[in-house]
Amino acid sequence: MRSIIVDDEASARAIVKELCKTIPEMEVRAEFPNAVEALKFLKDNQVDLIFLDIHMPKLTGIDFIETLQNPPKIVLTTSDKDFAIEAYEYPFIVDYLVKPISPERFQKCAFKLNSASNGGASNLLKEEDAEDDLYINIDRRLIKLKFSDILLIEAKGDYIEIQTLGKRYRVHSTLKKIKDKLPESRFLQIHRSFIINFTQIIDIQDNSVLIEKSVIPISRSNRPELMQRLNLL
Amino acid sequence: MEHPNLDYIKEISGGNEEFEKKFLNIIQTEFPKEKDEYMENLESQNLDESAKIVHKIKHKLGILGLQEGYRLAIKYEEDLKYGDTKLQGQFHEVLKTVEQFVLKIA
Repeated sequence: MRSIIVDDEASARAIVKELCKTIPEMEVRAEFPNAVEALKFLKDNQVDLIFLDIHMPKLTGIDFIETLQNPPKIVLTTSDKDFAIEAYEYPFIVDYLVKPISPERFQKCAFKLNSASNGGASNLLKEEDAEDDLYINIDRRLIKLKFSDILLIEAKGDYIEIQTLGKRYRVHSTLKKIKDKLPESRFLQIHRSFIINFTQIIDIQDNSVLIEKSVIPISRSNRPELMQRLNLL
Repeated sequence: MEHPNLDYIKEISGGNEEFEKKFLNIIQTEFPKEKDEYMENLESQNLDESAKIVHKIKHKLGILGLQEGYRLAIKYEEDLKYGDTKLQGQFHEVLKTVEQFVLKIA
């Protein structure tokens, strides 16, 4: 798979390049510190895949995507999960990797790329989550939420607030009701007011967890179960 | 106070010392530049630009295993976008720690 890396941070390019060495079919043709240079390269060269940073000066990753006539597969690399939601708007975006990228997560990405090549389905973000969703009623509209997009749910009186990648929804319901609809493999109540998607935890410190930009308290009684669910080294 | 470590870099390298050396050279070049750029923008009260550089530095804090620093950078980056610099002192302490580490591994 012929690929290029576009990222203004040399350290980020070096990591992706090194991780690519662990995938036998991956060939990094070139790397670029900005999108303009990558566009020049793409005028005369064909590639199968672009590892693309979102936050770049002058031309952002999203601007770059908009300029591509016939885009190859794209894997977004970002330190900001807020942009992940935009990935769903582009069928050729296969995955997004949050920096610093772990080798395990990169392997999973390679598996997705491989499946996309073999099966012809280009957007595995959608394919993967097709059977993992929940409909919520907002102003008489049923809105589909993918479980993988839900970060946390907070009880607020007679309502619950569902925080997803990029949006927050207020729904007339209870934590108990939504808890019954959520897969235990991904979700856990860690406080009387919070259910979290524990696969989205960035870190745990004392009695709180960090998920995206939210610090969520862990109650003493729920802490042992959380620790049990985590893949601790 | 947490200290930077090379655990992540070693995990990525899989024991490839040549990569580790090359990568640390990149960090040694990139980090001081980003720090200077951040300080200049902060002094000029160009907080939006400062936030963008904190975003990049945040990645390096993650690379160097500074989990608390990473958490702080997430909050500080957001605060800066809204013109709030109250976490500046704490963030600068983290920068100092990284700077000392970078000098040590030189």
